[in-house]
Amino acid sequence: MKKENYIRLEFPSKSVNEAFARAAAACFAAQTDPTLEELSDIKTAVSEAVTNAIVHAYPDRIGKICLKAAVLTDNSVEIVIRDWGRGIEDVARAREPMYTTGGEDRSGMGFTIMESFMDELRVRSAPGKGTTVTMRRKITPRNPKLG
Amino acid sequence: MKLTVRQSGSALRILLTGELDHHAARGAFAEVSRVLDDYMPRNCILDLSGVPFMDSSGLALILRTKRLLDECGGTLHIEGPRRQPEKVLSAAGLGRVVEIGSTDQEVIQ
Repeated sequence: MKKENYIRLEFPSKSVNEAFARAAAACFAAQTDPTLEELSDIKTAVSEAVTNAIVHAYPDRIGKICLKAAVLTDNSVEIVIRDWGRGIEDVARAREPMYTTGGEDRSGMGFTIMESFMDELRVRSAPGKGTTVTMRRKITPRNPKLG
Repeated sequence: MKLTVRQSGSALRILLTGELDHHAARGAFAEVSRVLDDYMPRNCILDLSGVPFMDSSGLALILRTKRLLDECGGTLHIEGPRRQPEKVLSAAGLGRVVEIGSTDQEVIQ
């Protein structure tokens, strides 16, 4: 699917950047004329993916996180969160509800929430190399363009 | 994240105000834990009406709070979640382990 518009942001894995990342993604997605609920779902999914990168990819150091957001020609929003951290040994297991390696601070529900709030979720990871999370959400047009 | 504590009958109401993400949750849980130590309530209401946004870090905070209360035979009720936090609670099926949405009055009775 072709991109109509895109942004690319890079920031260090500091937890203070979580709010910035989800707000930036929501601001960018606003051009698709989403409902408040659609926008809030995207914000939630971005918050989960960025938090995963901060907590799991770089557990004991500050590393680089890249957030890419695009509007595709079918009026869907694509979000890509990439890190160059520790990676995930077993992606299928990591995606299971309640599974976490993050201790009591984490609920193990991050991927479950990303899955239920977005239409598509793909996770690619290589131990020692990093993780890429790609999510898509189709935005239902509310005011179809005339002509 | 701001915490406001109010005793109402046999229940202790903790009102959380602010966005509840991973950045906020760690400090918020330390505060909740300190409040529970100070007041030692039998019933606790976590009032989410002041939380406009919550992600799974909020779920972890709720589950940890419940565990602390369980240890002393107490109960936890979640009250007043707005639409986005309510959707997160529901997607995680948290209603199966914590009572959500009960009123102050019901808890006291």
